Amino acid sequence: MIAFVLRRLASAVPTLFIVVTISFFLMRFAPGGPFNLERPLPPATMENLVRTYQLDQPLWRQYATYVSNAVTGDFGPSYVYKDNSVAELIGKGLPYSMELGFYALLLALIGGVAMGTVAALRQNSALDFGIMSLATVGTTVPNFVVGPVLTLIFAIILSWLPAGGWGDGSLRFLILPMIALALPQLAVFARLTRGSMIEALHADHIRTVKAYGLPARVVVVTHAMRGAMLPVVSYLAPCAAALLTGSAVVETIFTIPGVGRYFVLGAINRDYTLVMGTVILIAIFVIVFNLLVDILYGLLDPRVRHD
Amino acid sequence: MAETNETILAIRELKVNFTTPDGTVNAVKGIDLDVKAGETLAVVGESGSGKSQTMMGIMGLLAGNGAVTGSAKYRGKELIGLPPAELNKVRGAKVTMIFQEPMTSLDPLYPIGRQIAEPIVHHRGGSYKEARKRVLELLELVGIPEPARRIDSYPHELSGGQRQRVMIAMALANDPDILIADEPTTALDVTIQAQILKLLRSLQERFGMAIVLITHDLGIVRHFAERVAVMRRGEVVEQGTTADIFERPTSDYTKMLLAAEPHGRKAPPADTAPIILEGRDVVVDYRIGGGLFSGGASKFRAVDRVTVRLREGQTIGIVGESGSGKSTLGRALLRLVHAEGRYRFGSTDISGFDRSRMRPLRKAMQLVFQDPYGSLSPRQTVGEIITEGLLVHEPELGKAERDRRAIAALSEVGLDPEARNRYPHEFSGGQRQRIAIARAMILKPKVVILDEPTSALDRSVQGQVIELLRNLQMSHRLSYVFISHDLSVVKAMSDYVVVMKDGRIVEEGETDSIFEAPANAYTKSLIGAAFNI
Amino acid sequence: MTDIAANPLHEPPKTVSRSLFQLALIRFRRNRAAMAGCVTLLLIALFSFLGPLFVPHTYDQVFPSYVTIPPSLQPRPDVSTLQEVMEGVAARARVKLDAFTVDGQAFTATISADEPIDPRATRYFDRANEFRDTKVDATENDGRVMRLSGQVNREYFPFGTDSNGRDLLARVMLGGQISIAVGLLASLVSLGIGVVYGATSGYIGGRVDNVMMRFVEILYSLPFVFLVVVLVVFFGRSFVLIFLVIGAVEWLDMARIVRGQTLALKRREFVGAAQALGLTDWQIIRRHIIPNTIGPVIVFVTVVVPKVILLESFLSFLGLGVQAPLTSWGALISEGANNIQSAPWLLIFPSIFFVATLFSLNFVGDGLRDAFDPKDR
Repeated sequence: MIAFVLRRLASAVPTLFIVVTISFFLMRFAPGGPFNLERPLPPATMENLVRTYQLDQPLWRQYATYVSNAVTGDFGPSYVYKDNSVAELIGKGLPYSMELGFYALLLALIGGVAMGTVAALRQNSALDFGIMSLATVGTTVPNFVVGPVLTLIFAIILSWLPAGGWGDGSLRFLILPMIALALPQLAVFARLTRGSMIEALHADHIRTVKAYGLPARVVVVTHAMRGAMLPVVSYLAPCAAALLTGSAVVETIFTIPGVGRYFVLGAINRDYTLVMGTVILIAIFVIVFNLLVDILYGLLDPRVRHD
Repeated sequence: MAETNETILAIRELKVNFTTPDGTVNAVKGIDLDVKAGETLAVVGESGSGKSQTMMGIMGLLAGNGAVTGSAKYRGKELIGLPPAELNKVRGAKVTMIFQEPMTSLDPLYPIGRQIAEPIVHHRGGSYKEARKRVLELLELVGIPEPARRIDSYPHELSGGQRQRVMIAMALANDPDILIADEPTTALDVTIQAQILKLLRSLQERFGMAIVLITHDLGIVRHFAERVAVMRRGEVVEQGTTADIFERPTSDYTKMLLAAEPHGRKAPPADTAPIILEGRDVVVDYRIGGGLFSGGASKFRAVDRVTVRLREGQTIGIVGESGSGKSTLGRALLRLVHAEGRYRFGSTDISGFDRSRMRPLRKAMQLVFQDPYGSLSPRQTVGEIITEGLLVHEPELGKAERDRRAIAALSEVGLDPEARNRYPHEFSGGQRQRIAIARAMILKPKVVILDEPTSALDRSVQGQVIELLRNLQMSHRLSYVFISHDLSVVKAMSDYVVVMKDGRIVEEGETDSIFEAPANAYTKSLIGAAFNI
Repeated sequence: MTDIAANPLHEPPKTVSRSLFQLALIRFRRNRAAMAGCVTLLLIALFSFLGPLFVPHTYDQVFPSYVTIPPSLQPRPDVSTLQEVMEGVAARARVKLDAFTVDGQAFTATISADEPIDPRATRYFDRANEFRDTKVDATENDGRVMRLSGQVNREYFPFGTDSNGRDLLARVMLGGQISIAVGLLASLVSLGIGVVYGATSGYIGGRVDNVMMRFVEILYSLPFVFLVVVLVVFFGRSFVLIFLVIGAVEWLDMARIVRGQTLALKRREFVGAAQALGLTDWQIIRRHIIPNTIGPVIVFVTVVVPKVILLESFLSFLGLGVQAPLTSWGALISEGANNIQSAPWLLIFPSIFFVATLFSLNFVGDGLRDAFDPKDR
């Protein structure tokens, strides 16, 4: 098991390296730069800035510098938020994004699996139809529609909940963004669970346990559910990585000081280092969660144990 | 065997219907059957006869769109229409079942010991810990080696035969009155088949339960069952003692089934007939695993220094169980897989030929596959399928001429020429195999490799296909390599037999000498398993 | 079970022969939700592409007098507003308004004064934005009473207007054109790249397959939305680039699906049979592999199209989509979300069309999947 984890972590290094390299050069070959503002800066200032940030160096040297610094955890200063290093910005924003994302993940997973299971057990009933319609709404209505509508109803018309902001971090502030964030994923979990549950219920070995007179509870919970959870567990990795690293849309709508916005802000402002920082952050999350999920999968399915 | 004549399962007017989008399918059309205490009843029928659905209906295991009506009384207790909780008191305790697919019938996620213990704990109470002793006994009983170690194995760690033994252990766990065995050996190799059937019989002698054996294989029935019920299209066409059914069948269908056992022989070619295809020291290695970064792949030797010489007009039967390398050898002879060795076709040495140099020769060397469902592209019409080879080898032919050849080829294999405008999914298995044969024959080949061409077919259809192949061979002076695990078919088809095991030839010789006086122990066990169970 | 064993010679020939594709189509037609989805999609497409021919306003036409007005089926301005304007005009012309009626796009008015009215007074009326072509129909009482008639500039805004005074109906139509076009074109781009890449990788197999799939994996680990954002920001925001960029990002799933299909098909015996017949690789790919991947690919396209539309609208929401005055549903929804309190219709109308489109695509996709793969109820 430990050997498996180490091997996987080792194979993550080249992946990360390639991700960094592609993003770095992709950005640099694109026209424009962080200081090409609408109102051009005086040439002296421009030159000064370019020198401070070493943008006058040859590209390969900038790349080498960046990579060697990044290895030590130094992702450089943000070009646009001049008083902060990228590491500071991410360090400040990440806890907010992760807390919100964690609650959303919990909601999506528990809600989705429960709904999907119920729909599968009552296949083609009105309940099934209702749950699946809801799931369709979840996947088709984007969160930038859901967010404002939720705000309109619960914050403006009913005045039950705050319209945005983090406040004191209490649950009241989290409910609306959490729902907006979780809804699409909840829908995916529900569909996934329903599909794999129906398949599991038709499996030959389920017929066996039925033929041996085991009660429905054992058939469903012990045998069908465990097998049906495997695809759900697989989806957990990309889902968790996406939710925990923040959503640009939801954080913008609900003015939450997370890292999700840095994506877009960094890209729009050509803030090279900030963009690189978020890319690395997300890649690490993806790799770590893939690993965690593979371990979990191995625990659930004896056929893929990693010894 | 406990010979009381008490009827313990009485089936009356049993019907099973399936609702499909294309209408209702009557799978079982009101049958009567009795199972007596301690007896072995064989329910025989071809695919689609409703033999499995009858038992599934009684056990409450029909698919969601199925419905069962009529009556099935177990010791006077009506099973049809019983609420699930009541039915659960009977199934798994008094009536148990084993299935065809030992691969998928066990839950892949739990150790086998726990799965065997489940019905014990459920029906008799107690804990899994207490049941463990009983499970060990059962594993011992069904002949699983080292039960104490195997009890915590997962299904994927066992072989197919062992998994079927685990299923049998599960079936015996609660001392059942009736054991329903639904094609219990169909997915297994012949030697394993014989072992499983022997095991079932010895267990029956010890515990005296009745066995209902559902099978398509008359060969098994003759030696195993006391009574036989023959089913066809949802109806019981005949039932009686095994001796009566085999000696004095009354229904035409039973007679046809019995006659369908392949028989007859073909005349061997003259000793002077020239060699048409030769493979010397054929070696095929497969690479297993080995990714881009995961490094070393291991090699698996599928065929190990095998030599085959095929004469004009001859049929060589290649016999072996799954994994023996017989199919791979067939493909290697046609140069379709990468293989070492020396090859000759007629007078041409084709050892070093690459794909493009082989292409003109393909016309003369054809292949017919086992699975008539997989070997025809579902998106082409039959006409397109069988004339495809002409596009490659006789591109100068016009559309009308190709169509004329297609008509001729279809008539030759006994199909209505109208078939060429239809799609494969509209045909039955036997018809599809005829289409596949037509695809090979339209090119007027000299050598045809037949890779299990009858294994996926019902017995009655098998006989017709073998007849067809023998006729085609005579009229076109064809040479066949006939690959099969089914010895009775091989016996009816070949002049010369090669027995393979683990990639090597263990014995070869004239058909008669192999079947009459096998020298090798493995050959003996194969023949024993196939002909006298 | 379905293989009813029968003597092959005596099977009664079926009269109608249908290919699998035709059978799928028949099953699809039976699916009411999917057919309803098809009809809805058709209606929305007609609305978006042919609708502008029937709307007198263009998408970039600004009506300064009608900024952020709510939707209404009544023409603007309404009669009471016109009455007020008319009274104002009359006051400026120093006449008295005795009667005023509006009928559709025409008005009639009766004015009177103590002195005979100069017919040039009509110029006062034309000077107002709302009226034009005012002419004198009759004069009475020695010119002291005058009957006027003329045209009213009345506009219909059934969807209301946005904060720049543009007709939302015309803009929703344009947004539909852009969103649908981006959705289709980007899906085609991803289809093209994905099918070629996946089929090549799967059919060649071995080391090539390994390298090609490693590359896909790496692209997967790049945050995908981020990649689009970066590409759009850095390479500009033209319409063509947006769908190219989205297509270039969306092909990964397609490539994986086609590769999986190809790998499965390669093991099928009919491909082995084709090799035994001596077909070349290219003939096998063209005659056997591609026709058999069509079903799953079509189904997947119906999943990609809504995904792409969502992605485009997401970009528009972030302000990275097509540039004003062009617009897309996503951009309109973003605008609506910002004005949700003052002008909810700006959110509601584009959302209705957007959600209806996505819903329909969803039903069509489900219908196609059921039709092509009947096992999967």
